[in-house]
Amino acid sequence: MEEDAIMKVCLLAGKIMLQSGAETYRVEDTMVRIARAFGMEDAQAYATPTAIMFAVDMTTPSNFVRIDQRATDLHKVTKVNGISRYISAGELTLSEAREQLLQINQESIVFPVWLQILAAALASGCFTIMFQGTWRDFIPALIVGGAGYYLMIYFHKMLKIRFFAEFLASVLLALFAYLMVVLSLGVDIDKIIIGSVMPLVPGLLITNAVRDLMAGHLVSGLTKGVEAILTAFAIGAGVAIVLLVVF
Amino acid sequence: MIIEQSVVSFIAAMGFAIIFNAPRQSLWQCGTVGMFGWLVYVSLARILDVNIVIATLVAAIVVGIYSQVLAKWFRTPIIIFNIAGIIPLVPGGLSYDAMYFLVTNNYDLAISSAATAAMISGAIALGLIVSEIINQIIRNTNWRKYHNEYDRKGVTR
Repeated sequence: MEEDAIMKVCLLAGKIMLQSGAETYRVEDTMVRIARAFGMEDAQAYATPTAIMFAVDMTTPSNFVRIDQRATDLHKVTKVNGISRYISAGELTLSEAREQLLQINQESIVFPVWLQILAAALASGCFTIMFQGTWRDFIPALIVGGAGYYLMIYFHKMLKIRFFAEFLASVLLALFAYLMVVLSLGVDIDKIIIGSVMPLVPGLLITNAVRDLMAGHLVSGLTKGVEAILTAFAIGAGVAIVLLVVF
Repeated sequence: MIIEQSVVSFIAAMGFAIIFNAPRQSLWQCGTVGMFGWLVYVSLARILDVNIVIATLVAAIVVGIYSQVLAKWFRTPIIIFNIAGIIPLVPGGLSYDAMYFLVTNNYDLAISSAATAAMISGAIALGLIVSEIINQIIRNTNWRKYHNEYDRKGVTR
């Protein structure tokens, strides 16, 4: 039964990390480290972006967890990483670790949605300046970027179709940017669109894909890379449609 | 211009850290990663007029090394810092240009912009890989071999 409990802790830790957007190799590494700290020298872990497999030993039956929803929550990744450090150092017992992991699993995101939208809006405005836009385009990019990010969150909740939320959000975003220029609030539609599209860019996926490929996790690296490319294409297609109609 | 760009990139990188729910206490560090990476890129590409692909490569290497240092120092997963530095380097403007030329039937210009955007993406990936290699070299070098009698005693100097 002891073995069962250890396995559950390992799987829970892996599940939280994978759902929060950690690299696949870090998930496997953490699970094996926790298992080793509790005396399982030969634990086997295999993670892909959609599933985790874990076995206590080479010949024991393997266990399987399916990952349905993935979000970006680096706060949780850091916390689980910290817990695995404590376990490796022998400072946490099995039941304590389990309780803390369950608590992390229950936690909601650190930053409320309004703060995230505000951050996205500010980042959009700043990106417009970084890409050599003028300060006159700062406020329009701020508004369009915030609206675009809010729309993406909204569509993600409403539609369960991947990539379509990004597509719809960028169509509306480009329309807003066009409106800003028509109402002569903004000057340069290119800079406004480029700046405000940045919060939708799949930055985490790109870095994770590269890091997973480097660690030799070819399957995870390729799938994440394809997801990143498809997301980028969805955004591009959305903006392109508006540009086709406008110009 | 440098001050303007550094303030703006600091805020943008911190904004991204908030979007990705980075831990609260590491927000300002994410900001500095984004700022350093962007300053390296801007000073190479816009002031010294270096090829943008090379500038991106160097900036990505700087981001990789700096975030590795931060990750070791604060004992946090490295991706938190990596993302904040990498995102400004993503060729958003060039991809936009490529698409704009495509929909306005300028296929030649579209292909050249798309090719440059692809090369910049490759440079980002290569930069991350190179910084990882440099870090492994630093970690695995036997530093004691280079210590000599002057190092710790201080008396013979």
